[in-house]
Amino acid sequence: MNLVTILHAGMATGTILLFATIGEIFAERSGILNLGVEGMMLLGAMAGFSTSLATGNVWLGVLAAIIAGGVLSLAHGLVTIHFQADQVVSGLSLTFLGTGLALVFGEGLTGQNPPLIPHWTIPLLGQIPVIGPSFFADFNILVYVGYLLIPATWYYIYKTRPGMHLRAVGEKPEAADTVGINVYRLRYLYVFVGGCLAGLAGATISLGVSPGWYSAQTTSGQGWIAIGLVIFAQWDPVRAAIGSYLFGALRRGILDLQGPKTLLGFVNPLYINSNWGFFLKMTPYLLTIFALILGARAARKKRLSAPAALGVPYIRGERGL
Amino acid sequence: MPFSLEFEKRVEDVPRWFPFVTTLGAIVIAFVVSGIILKLIGGQPLVVGKYFFTATFGSWAVFSDTLVKATPLILVRLACAIAFKMKLWNIGAEGQFYAGAFAASLVVLIPILPPDAPKWLTLGLMAIFGMIGGAIYGFIPGYLKAKLEINEIITTLMLNYVAILWNNFWIFNTWSDAGFQMTPTFPKSAWMPRLTDYARAYKNFMETGNPAITGFLKSIGLDRISGMTLHLGVVFGLVMVVVVWWLLERSRWGYEVKLIGDNPNAAKYAGLNITRNIILVLVVSGALAGLAGMSEITGVVHRLQERISPGYGFTGIIIAWLAKLNPFAIVPVAILFGALILAGRELQPSGLAMMLQGFILFMIISSDVLLRYKIRLVHRRNVGENA
Repeated sequence: MNLVTILHAGMATGTILLFATIGEIFAERSGILNLGVEGMMLLGAMAGFSTSLATGNVWLGVLAAIIAGGVLSLAHGLVTIHFQADQVVSGLSLTFLGTGLALVFGEGLTGQNPPLIPHWTIPLLGQIPVIGPSFFADFNILVYVGYLLIPATWYYIYKTRPGMHLRAVGEKPEAADTVGINVYRLRYLYVFVGGCLAGLAGATISLGVSPGWYSAQTTSGQGWIAIGLVIFAQWDPVRAAIGSYLFGALRRGILDLQGPKTLLGFVNPLYINSNWGFFLKMTPYLLTIFALILGARAARKKRLSAPAALGVPYIRGERGL
Repeated sequence: MPFSLEFEKRVEDVPRWFPFVTTLGAIVIAFVVSGIILKLIGGQPLVVGKYFFTATFGSWAVFSDTLVKATPLILVRLACAIAFKMKLWNIGAEGQFYAGAFAASLVVLIPILPPDAPKWLTLGLMAIFGMIGGAIYGFIPGYLKAKLEINEIITTLMLNYVAILWNNFWIFNTWSDAGFQMTPTFPKSAWMPRLTDYARAYKNFMETGNPAITGFLKSIGLDRISGMTLHLGVVFGLVMVVVVWWLLERSRWGYEVKLIGDNPNAAKYAGLNITRNIILVLVVSGALAGLAGMSEITGVVHRLQERISPGYGFTGIIIAWLAKLNPFAIVPVAILFGALILAGRELQPSGLAMMLQGFILFMIISSDVLLRYKIRLVHRRNVGENA
């Protein structure tokens, strides 16, 4: 167990959370809370895995995962945007639906070996001691896509006109509507983007970080953690990235802690009795809560908060709020 | 597109039969869509469908199993419904269910009561422990919400995982039954009475009882009850339905909760203690979910083990929400979801029941729009951007 291994594995695992979290940030910034991330991720993981298996082309698999997540999210979009249904209930239903569909279509995929996302080392950067092997060497390519996604999302949300429209729709849709922004269309778009990224997160698991199809265990609750991370990140992509990689490293670190006989010169209690690992496995969930507590303090200080119209259906021609 | 959908807000209330029709229609459509998908992947929807109905509603014996699955759903739905009244989302009923199961099993695992203690005492104490366990587990998100304004959706959700891992530690480490992932079977004093326990008395009654009654029971196919697993937990559930109804609709506290949920500002000016009530609501909600956990381990599995809940907590939220829309839907929907959970273990492929649940939910949520709007397919003249 050494630092480079943990960092390396943490960045890879964190990429899963990164895609899902940034996707959810897009959806929530537009005012739609989508609790169906877990379902979209699982469906994406299944679609990516089976497509890669059937076609022998891993990139078609990744594309299928993105589309699967996106299409499923449109069901949530239709129900919450057009039908103005409750977003929490619809999101939970989406988790049921996505998980169910993934399990039905994923029957018999366990144990198969499709082509996986190739690994790549960035020239030069990968040669730097410690930093190179931790961050720039021998990752599946989606990890680097994740690196690029962070500044791109930040720039898009804060510095471009469409990004401004996105924020406007989530903060004050009736005002956005009066200046000619199509609130419904934008909300559909960003719910869809969120679904696509959740699907991509799924493919990152099944075709990259921990390849394989293990039915519902494939995602094992990471979609829910992503939703927690959005609040921790205060809807900011850079904070989301920090949170994702931190959690990724933590998840991996927990697994790695169970191996060695001694830790820092002491007998490793996990080596003697692996059941103590159950408490370690709680830490990501407890840390999410802890992060929310810290986040709540910071938010009150800086007066940050959720997009004002998050969770509120927009009905054209009716008085908002 | 030459045609577009036009939404027109309903001014008058829909007729009372209307929600029945839309809900039923939604369920039928969900079954049809699931059938088509099953066909697409090479299954035989009619065979599976027939199997589903015979395995859940086909006879009194299997129907009793369906009711067994509906029992925790009734309790969990009450838990979620209380939180709903205050516009709180208790997504953590699943975790509170596990916490309740854990706390209840302490009574026989530590043990607090000897194995030969009277049944009523053991079960009574376990019920109290279960409710306390769930209540403590509901207190945490309640406190965080009330004092620090932390989103209860996320905290309750995260605590679900913590509770399951916590249970696993004790199941695997401390009370493992010969290395298996479960505790030893509880003593008989901690078993909820089941219908089958009264099979002999029932048989006697059928032979010697009033022929008018026995004749009727025979004619509906209830000539024996041996093997039926329906347990006392269902009575717990029904009693709680009445208690919660009274709490919410008749008590002063219920009125406060509703007021806070509908208009927090007015409640504050009226001098209600919102902080305390938020905590209290989640504590009561947790206690009910905890009772469901106690009922499940004492009524069904008779031990603490992994996966005692196939997602009762989540299903309960949805039933609670459906019930808010349409109170008449509660019982049939709870039974239908009980049936789906029961059949879900045997239906192939394994995700089929879950997919069906997902479709049913989506269709019902969507059908809700029909209650609020008139939808017409109109020929598009110049509708503009009215989406």
